[in-house]
Amino acid sequence: MTVLLVLLGGAVGAPARYLTDVYLRERTGADFPWGTMAVNAVGSLVLGLLAGAAAGGVLPAWVLTLAGTGFCGALTTFSTFSYETVRLAEDGRWRSAALNVVGSLAIGAIAVSLGWVAGSAI
Amino acid sequence: MLREHRDLLAPIAAGGALGSLARWGIAEALPQSPQESTLPWATLLTNVSGCLLLGLLMAFILGPWSTVPFWGRYLRPFLGVGVLGGYTTFSTYALETYALSGHATALAMFYLLLSVVAGVAAVWLGLILGRVVVRDSGRPVERGHR
Repeated sequence: MTVLLVLLGGAVGAPARYLTDVYLRERTGADFPWGTMAVNAVGSLVLGLLAGAAAGGVLPAWVLTLAGTGFCGALTTFSTFSYETVRLAEDGRWRSAALNVVGSLAIGAIAVSLGWVAGSAI
Repeated sequence: MLREHRDLLAPIAAGGALGSLARWGIAEALPQSPQESTLPWATLLTNVSGCLLLGLLMAFILGPWSTVPFWGRYLRPFLGVGVLGGYTTFSTYALETYALSGHATALAMFYLLLSVVAGVAAVWLGLILGRVVVRDSGRPVERGHR
């Protein structure tokens, strides 16, 4: 059962990340990984919300597995974030690489804490 | 927007499901409570190994595999975006850092920075190793984005 929930959440989260990335790249036209930063922020916010609600006992464990471990885990990515940082650095765009790291970490931390506080309040 | 990418969604979904399952499996094998003041080893191991594999993979995808007929179009969506994207995670990393910061601030900061430094170093190492293998096999190495 748990395996199916993780598979299902992952099967939805990964395409959602891809579509967001394609959409934002076409919209912004920028050579900066806004898409990855956006999905990482949204996924952190949602996981914080779910985990906060689960800690308060108002969320069934299977929802956290499906939407947290499966969906949010696959919606967000650490490998692409690191890869894009390396590519920016290799292109000599050090400021963009640094901005990607600092921005992603700061936004992720803010998102997850906001989510947790909101989820705990439910 | 969707039309030209529609055929990529199924391989991405399948890869995402498999990668997520592997990540969950490692987390189950190395269980840890967020109340413990120890490094979240499972996520760290997952993220850093996923970064190393993505670096290796990209050296081949931008190099010799870019000319593979038919399947070449699906290698990056399935393996890179799907499997490794689903395998590694940013949200759990953020949540674990947040949970640690409540009772072990220094460890939280250490985990935050260690993950990024190790992840970036792993991608870089993977790319370098991959390019060496590609070069030794006499195939062209492409640089260029994505």
